[in-house]
Amino acid sequence: MSEVLVLVDHIDGEVKKVTFELLTAARRIGEPSAVVVGTPGTAAKVRDALARYGAAKVYAAESEDAVTYLTTPKVDALATLAGSASPAAVLISATVEGKEVAGRLAARLNSGLLVDVVDIDADGVGTQSIFGGAFVVKAKVGNGLPVITVRPGGVEAEEADGAAAEAAVELPAVDAAKSARITGREQIVGGDRPELTEASVVVSGGRGVGSAESFAVVEKLADTLGGAVGASRAAVDSGYYPHQFQVGQTGKTVSPQLYIALGISGAIQHRAGMQTSKTIIAVNKDAEAPIFEIADFGVVGDLFQVAPQLTEAVAKRKG
Amino acid sequence: MNIVVLVKQVPDTWSERKLTDADHTLDRESADAVLDEINERAVEEALKLQEAHGGEVTVLAMGPDRATEAIRKALSMGADKAIHVSDAALHGSDVLATAKVLAKAIGTVEGVDLVIAGNEATDGRAGAIPAILAELLGLPQVTQVRKVEIDGTTVKAERETEEGVAFLEATLPAVVSVTEKINEPRYPSFKGIMAAKKKKVDTLSVADLGLDPAEVGLTGAWSSVLEAAPKPPRSAGQRVEDDGNGGAQIAEYLVGQKLI
Ligand SMILES: Cc1cc2nc3c(=O)[nH]c(=O)nc-3n(C[C@H](O)[C@H](O)[C@H](O)COP(=O)(O)OP(=O)(O)OC[C@H]3O[C@@H](n4cnc5c(N)ncnc54)[C@H](O)[C@@H]3O)c2cc1C
Repeated sequence: MSEVLVLVDHIDGEVKKVTFELLTAARRIGEPSAVVVGTPGTAAKVRDALARYGAAKVYAAESEDAVTYLTTPKVDALATLAGSASPAAVLISATVEGKEVAGRLAARLNSGLLVDVVDIDADGVGTQSIFGGAFVVKAKVGNGLPVITVRPGGVEAEEADGAAAEAAVELPAVDAAKSARITGREQIVGGDRPELTEASVVVSGGRGVGSAESFAVVEKLADTLGGAVGASRAAVDSGYYPHQFQVGQTGKTVSPQLYIALGISGAIQHRAGMQTSKTIIAVNKDAEAPIFEIADFGVVGDLFQVAPQLTEAVAKRKG
Repeated sequence: MNIVVLVKQVPDTWSERKLTDADHTLDRESADAVLDEINERAVEEALKLQEAHGGEVTVLAMGPDRATEAIRKALSMGADKAIHVSDAALHGSDVLATAKVLAKAIGTVEGVDLVIAGNEATDGRAGAIPAILAELLGLPQVTQVRKVEIDGTTVKAERETEEGVAFLEATLPAVVSVTEKINEPRYPSFKGIMAAKKKKVDTLSVADLGLDPAEVGLTGAWSSVLEAAPKPPRSAGQRVEDDGNGGAQIAEYLVGQKLI
């Protein structure tokens, strides 16, 4: 069976959920090989987690430079393996950076690119949900090695035993004239909350929340559900919540099991970022708000009454 | 500081065609609105850097006649000249072909220090074009930035992604893409609009760029659509008026769905 390369998303040795989803998808096409790009010792740290989701091989592309230069070390590692391992496909998460890595890799290898698929079958046919979920498209790469980005939350992760045999990959030296150096990082200040694009539950607040202080209502519900907090652009523009939490066409695209919209009208640009959520709940005091058109369950009412009551009910159930 | 600003990415032709088939014109308008808005921010940033460091700002657009609108807007904001790559052979170009054409066109501008583009909608299929350009041109990729400054021959920037903020440094020339938080674009002045009419717009074809038409457009596309269908619209589910019990009712619903 051919190998399928999966680029591992991790932060300091902690593997992100989307990687498990990618390994699950890779098993449909062939034998998953996880590609870890990081500082020396990273692969050893993540190996067990990757084995649990069926990684047959774990390629360690490790160097000090691997995390100090933007995207190029990842592209280099995948391009090297594309040559030596003759994989059937390369799967990369459809995050901002993942899409960039995939685009560069496809350009370098002169091969086909399939972007932001929400599902994939054994023949490598990808399902894309485009224009905010208005269209479903099935597409396939015709020539060369298919490079495919998969939307986080699109495929459900399933455990499987993998041998996770480690193999080292030599990274070429970084050409500083052709790469951007990362001189520092600031992690998102989401506290203990899961990352927005990774979370199974997202609770978002809109202009209806009214102020930065009142966003506590949104945060409390999110925390009780173990979810992430999102915001509409109107809420971000009004200064209620930071921009990195914006959901929508010009913000993040999320696809959680449960999306709760509080005081959000449901503009097309907002829907573009959340319409593929499995279950959508809306609370809005305007019965005509378009968000109700896509909500599985909607409450016409004041979010300051409804959300705290829901928080309490959830907390009670959890005991 | 010679800057090339990319405006109006090539429309995603096949998906657009599907949209018009189904007459989903509203979706298309909203998609276009995004492009225009982020274009203007890219142009604004180029003009600001020019004000501080001198040089020339060239606008580059690829696409059908519709692209001239975006070019005019950029010129009336203050850009110096423009290149419009327009060719029937480009119809149906995918992301990679588009990047190839843009890379060639950038190559026709002399002494480029910086290429600036909008990051485009993050759910857009073309979100990676600036990164691909960096790959093809062999330049540092300084993308998804909310702040950028030039210090001698170094570009410094703040990149914002799902993972947080990364501080970047690279040597010029480089490829930059900006996010919607970068600036507030200026409005073209009346003088600017008048002046724009006299500015030079070079129109180039695929052959002018030394590319084979077979490399671009639909025939050059490396992935093909097997089927496309409008998704059955997500239907509205249950809706209740809050009678003081709305929160508890949601909880019940979530229990029923095994979500809590
Ligand atoms: C190019 C472009 C890109 C865009 N990108 C995005 C994007 O990425 N993400 C995004 O979200 N938007 C985006 N937008 C903006 C979008 O069009 C809407 O303006 C925005 O989503 C509205 O946010 P909102 O629903 O919070 O605000 P509003 O539309 O003002 O809605 C607020 C809602 O809150 C309700 N409400 C008020 N008080 C209460 C209360 N106490 N209890 C319950 N309900 C209450 C009101 O009934 C109303 O429905 C974009 C727009 C453009 C043009």
